[in-house]
Formats: sequence, structure tokens, C-alpha cells
Amino acid sequence: MKFTKLMTSVAVAAGLFAGPAAADDMRIALVVKALGIGFFEAAAEGAEEAAKEIGGVEIIYTGPTDTTAEGQIEVINSLIAQKVDAIAVSANDTDALVPTLKKAMQRGITVVSWDSGVAEDGRQAHLNPSSNALIGNMIIKLAADHLPDGGEVAVLSATTTSTNQNIWIEEMTKVMGNYGGIDVVSTVYGDDLADKSYREATGLMQSHPELDAIIAPTSVGIVAAAQAVADAGKIGQVNVTGLGLPSEMAGAIESGASKSFAIWNPIDLGYSATMLAHQLATEAATAAPGAEISIGRMGTITLDETNAAAMADPFVYDSSNIDDFKEIF
Amino acid sequence: MSHLKSREAILFGAILCLLFVVAARFPAFVAPGNLVAVFTDTSPLMILAMGQMAVILTRCIDLSVAANLALTGMVCAMINVAAPDLPVVVILAVSLALGAMLGAINGILVWKLSIPPIVVTLGTMTIFRGIIFLLTDGKWINAHEMSPHFTGFPRSDIFGVPVLGWIAVLVSVVMLVLMARTTLGRSIYAVGGNPHAAIYTGIDVGKTQFAAFVISGMLAGLTGYLWVARYSVAYVDIAGGFELDVVAACVIGGVSIAGGAGTVVGTLLGALFLGVVKNALPVVDISPFWQLAISGAAIIIAVAFNAQSGRSKGRVILKSAEHAQ
Repeated sequence: MKFTKLMTSVAVAAGLFAGPAAADDMRIALVVKALGIGFFEAAAEGAEEAAKEIGGVEIIYTGPTDTTAEGQIEVINSLIAQKVDAIAVSANDTDALVPTLKKAMQRGITVVSWDSGVAEDGRQAHLNPSSNALIGNMIIKLAADHLPDGGEVAVLSATTTSTNQNIWIEEMTKVMGNYGGIDVVSTVYGDDLADKSYREATGLMQSHPELDAIIAPTSVGIVAAAQAVADAGKIGQVNVTGLGLPSEMAGAIESGASKSFAIWNPIDLGYSATMLAHQLATEAATAAPGAEISIGRMGTITLDETNAAAMADPFVYDSSNIDDFKEIF
Repeated sequence: MSHLKSREAILFGAILCLLFVVAARFPAFVAPGNLVAVFTDTSPLMILAMGQMAVILTRCIDLSVAANLALTGMVCAMINVAAPDLPVVVILAVSLALGAMLGAINGILVWKLSIPPIVVTLGTMTIFRGIIFLLTDGKWINAHEMSPHFTGFPRSDIFGVPVLGWIAVLVSVVMLVLMARTTLGRSIYAVGGNPHAAIYTGIDVGKTQFAAFVISGMLAGLTGYLWVARYSVAYVDIAGGFELDVVAACVIGGVSIAGGAGTVVGTLLGALFLGVVKNALPVVDISPFWQLAISGAAIIIAVAFNAQSGRSKGRVILKSAEHAQ
């Protein structure tokens, strides 16, 4: 095992020096915001999975040591010098990377962004982990799934001016008709502060004694609400759900204050970004508005007018899988 | 003294009125159990306000309390992760010591380098938050990583009131005695009331200010552990902006921002007033867009009231000049 690994790295090194002529494999670089972040390590795992599935693809997982655009520019410049076939980047800055990525595209390198996008000029396509509509639907579905007979739910958001949360709540309201019997009784704002969110959650339970679920589409709010429910002794009565990170929510899942919550799955994201980059680099698909591109086990994505696409529904985490993910991100 | 007493009576009346108004819209708010919950929720603010009061009395201000709280809380959480079986007593000692040390840094800079306290504490506020970032790389410490006795301590019940509430009571009593019955407490008033006179009576102004910063830091450190344990989460931004609530509590409680005037009881009432407002707003069903404006207005009204009652009338010595204007 060690020996083959050594051999591959020797081969890679040889490939680097010998230039593209010696490299049979397609080389796709996965550039992340910074190395050493669990979320991106998991994305790299997904990229490796995609590479294995496609065959003949080598993943170069790289990124700066801190989350700066300058660091990423340096990394991308060296990838251009290595003449990789494709770059899939999660950008630290929307605009700063554009000139460098343009240079890469001029040299025939396929450039896609994923997770955190770059401006349209700087990439051929962008892969969002999910879309606002999918997220809006998911947060109400999470609550409704545990309320077969309907019930009262309340939303605990971030600030009154948080763009993301407001859009998600708006999208949620649009699909409320599909969830009969579920009543959204109140929307409150915890300002993404633990103490204010805790108080707001406590207030919700007081003013709506029949409350069945609190939906918090914000990572600070969901943790604080779960703590407030536990402290009020209402575990089992009020289910806290929404968007959160597995590492932060593990305690709430364990205590039962939260039955399930959602967020993107970094493994799927790395996998899909690699698939997308591969499809474009092999010219099996072209990046144009309306194009439908197959991304392996994740199905098909459709590019919108800005050549951006949404990968899938947010991934649901519950007691069955939380232990696998809490160490990752 | 009698007029200070009456100021506190007014504030106490205001809190009662507030409770009455809230109860009219939401009767369950004044149930004994909920009042205990409100008191407990306000405890961190009360403890911090006690320290801030001492600092403001000496004509200084400590804007780094929330950052001190966050840093000490994070260190306590990290210690708990590294040594889950360490008894809470040790954690409490660490939080007090570390908090006092951070407060002493402020104190030294104000005392020995004579930098204005608002500048010093604005600087250390950012530095403390920066240190948390360096310690953790911005990562969170979460509920499942903390041991149950660590998070359970502030909420364990004694005679129906959580330990967190009792600690606030204890701190208040200690401060009451300290401010009224000790040399340090009296020097704090003297330094703020008239620094020049204080020097002539043999009080070291800088040293007294240093002591006030240490007290404030120590209490901030203690609150750091309690805060992290209560919300079962530690990250860079916890209690962001909380220093302003603490200063507001003092000012509402009648502590003069110019130093020298203010009482422990007044400060406690100021903190309680803010605590009641904060806890009442979510249940009285007021649009969240109005909530910020309402709590802001409450602060200004309370302070205006205080300023009115505390203002000594000036003496007109040039009648003709006044008319000429």
C-alpha cells in the first residue's frame, strides 16, 4: 500500500517535471478556501470518490494555509504552471480571483467554482450547494415530517435584515400550502446572538404553549433554541430544527432537543464539483445557460442564465448519521 | 443620600410599572417561576454591571468586559475539553484569576501609562477577541464536547433558584460591603468624586483605578465561565456588543458617567430594568422591527429621568448677560 502510494507520488512528481505529455490521467485541482478545515477535507474525500468512479482522473487537493484571496491566487498560478486540466475552486473572494482564473481559461484549463462562487467572468460554471427554493422547502419539511397530524411551528431567524434567512423564509412561505395542518404562528429574530436567541426561543414557548417545533435557519439560533428547549424541560414536546452544523448540533441530537436538521453535505459537494469539472473538461458537456449536466450519483443539474446550478436538497442529519459527521465539520 | 435613595425608589417603581404593563398583556410573565427565570437570565448582566460600576465610579470605563468574558469563557471550555473531570471549583478559580489578570492589563495601562481608559479598553477588547481566534482558529466548542457537570453547575437548583442567580446575589452582597465598608470602596468614590482632593487625602488615584479594573475583570472572567456553561457553546463572538448593555445598566441605575456618584442597589435595579425589558419584549408580541427602538427608548427615558433628578441647579451670576442672548 505504502509502496504504491510512493510510486504514485513519484509518478506525479515525474509528471510535473515532464509536462502534460507524460500525464495520461486527467488532473483536476480542487482548490479550497484553506487547508485543514474539516468541511473541505470532507469535500476532498468526495472528489476522490468521483475520481475513482470516473477512472483515469487524478485529484490535486490544494489551497492556501489561511483563507485569503492572495494565497489562492498563488496556488492557482502554480496550478496553471503545472498545466492541470481543470480547476474547481471555492473562492475566498468573488472578484479578486477573476484575472488569475481568466488566465487559466485562456490556457485551456476548465474552471468551475463551487460552494463559494467567483464572478461570472472568472469561471465557466458555478455549483451552489443548494438553492433558496430547496432550502426554504427543506426547513418546513424537517418540521412537518415529525408532525403527521399538523401543529404549530415558529421561526427563529437571525437579524431582521439577514438576506439569506429572509429569502429562505419567503421561499418557505411559498410552499406552506403543501404542508396541510402546519401553522407558522410567529417569526422572531435572535440577531445571531446566543443570549438573545435563547430568550426569543424561551419567549416563543411561553407565548405559544402548544408550540410543536422551532425552525431556526441559522447556526447560532438553532443551537441556542435547542439549549432553551432543554432548559425549559420541553424535550420531546418542542422539536428544534433548521440549518446547523453537525459538530455544533451533536449535543442537541443526543439530548433529543432536535430530531433532525439539515445542511449541505460536503462529501456530495466535492463529488459533484469534480463531476462537473470533468464533464466540462472532457467536453462531454458545455457550459451554457440551460445546459443539463449529469453529475453521477447526484443526478442532473441545470445551469441557469448565469451558468450557476444548484446541487441538491440540503442533506438531513439525525441520530443515525450525526456521529459520522460531527468530527468533520 | 436621601435623594439617591429616592432615585432608586423611582427606578424600583419603574420596574414594577413595567411588570404591571407586561402582565396586562401576558399574565404568565409575573408567575413566580418566570420571575426567577428573568432574574437568572439577568444575572450575568448584574455581575458585570457590579464591576463596571466600580470602574465608572473612578471616572474610567471598561469596554473590554464582554471580550474578557468571551476569552475567559473560551479558556474554561478548552480546559474542560482537555480535562473533563476537573472539578468546577478549579474552573471557577481559573476564571476569576484569568479575568482578574486581563483586567489588570487594562488597569496597568491606565495607571502606569496614563492612556485614556476608553482607548485602552477599546484596544484590549479587540485584542482579547483576537486571542480567542488565535487559540481556536475560529472553531466552536460545542455542547457535546463539554462535560455534564461543567454545563450543569450554573443551572443546578438551590431553593428553587439556579446557582447562576445565587452567584449574582453573592457578588452583589460582596460589592455592597466592599463599596460601603472598606477603604478601597470609599477611595473609589473619592477618586471619582474629586481626584485632586483624593490625592491630598493620600489616595493613589492610579492605583485605585487599577483596583477597579481588576474587580471588573475578575467579575467578567467569572461571568465568562457561567455564560459558556449556560449556553453550552463557546466561540469568538459570544456576548458580542454586551459591554454596551453593561454600561447602559450602570447608567440607568444612576451611576454618573463622570464618576463619583452611583450605588450598588441602583446598578442592580438598572440591570434588572434592562433584564425585564429584554425578557418581556419576546412575549408581549411586539413587531421585532420595533423592539430595538423600544429598548433604546427605555434606556434614554430612564437616563433622562436620572439626569433630571440628579441635576443641581446652576446659579445665575450675570442676569444682564443672560438676557442679552
